[in-house]
Amino acid sequence: MPTKSPKSEPGLSTPPPNHEALEAEVLVRDNISWMLALAQRILRDQALAEDAVQNAFIAGLRGLPTFEGRSSVKTWLHRITVNECLMKLRKQKQLNEKPIDEYLPEFDRHNCRIEAPWPVLSRAEDFLESERTRALVAEKISVLPGTYRIVLQLRDIEGYSTDEVAELLEISPGNVKVRLHRARAALKKLLEPVLRGEVHR
Amino acid sequence: MKYLHRSGVRGWIKGVLFRGMPGMINCVEFEEFVLSYLDGELPARQLKVFERHMRLCRECREYLAAYRLSSELSCAVLGTPQESVPEDVPEDLIKAILDARQY
Ligand SMILES: [Zn+2]
Repeated sequence: MPTKSPKSEPGLSTPPPNHEALEAEVLVRDNISWMLALAQRILRDQALAEDAVQNAFIAGLRGLPTFEGRSSVKTWLHRITVNECLMKLRKQKQLNEKPIDEYLPEFDRHNCRIEAPWPVLSRAEDFLESERTRALVAEKISVLPGTYRIVLQLRDIEGYSTDEVAELLEISPGNVKVRLHRARAALKKLLEPVLRGEVHR
Repeated sequence: MKYLHRSGVRGWIKGVLFRGMPGMINCVEFEEFVLSYLDGELPARQLKVFERHMRLCRECREYLAAYRLSSELSCAVLGTPQESVPEDVPEDLIKAILDARQY
């Protein structure tokens, strides 16, 4: 007489519990380093990042039995980690709407751009050589409201498409594009003293 | 101050130029195209108009160069975690995760 327990359904092998535990441990060991790095990039805080990764694994391991290779395990864990990080940012009210108008480009009443002349620009590599410049850039980025920084981070750094970022942040793709452009425009303004060499490298 | 005054007169001239000529966009419209341009998503006709504005407008040309450079810098910096993640596998965290997992 067949039992009703799904565990003994014909055709489904039931791995012994220690096999499952071993599988979980392998998954954690294989992925924890890059997941911590990812969470750290988004949250900029070691303790918060560890917490997010722990939650991501718990959610991930719970979903593992139903995970049927819709995407690679890595892609799947990546998304869970990002979602856990976003939850943390939301809890800290870091994704609330904040104006950045003061950093946006300016135009005169004839719709012409107001832009002081630029000297010849150095290459990015030249700026990045200096630890001090890197620290300055990081400092300026932190001035960006979280709602703009996160779009920049997800699309420009983590490699998500506009549509994927829209889904993750629960906003429209058009809104993602507007925020991304504003974030970059504001950064350009914030980094001007560095780019113009007015700050010692 | 000097610069703003000059921009006033030039702005007027450019305003007339970019408004009056066919196939021209002004700087505000240029700004709206920047993201699509950098994503390579501008249709051929709009790309032509965008690039024409860039050739004629010193302000937009230099603005875009600085915009690209600052994006590049921020990507390089955002891509590296502030405090480096410890090289060693964090054993206590792994243990906490495995202990917390529910069957
Ligand atoms: Zn222009």
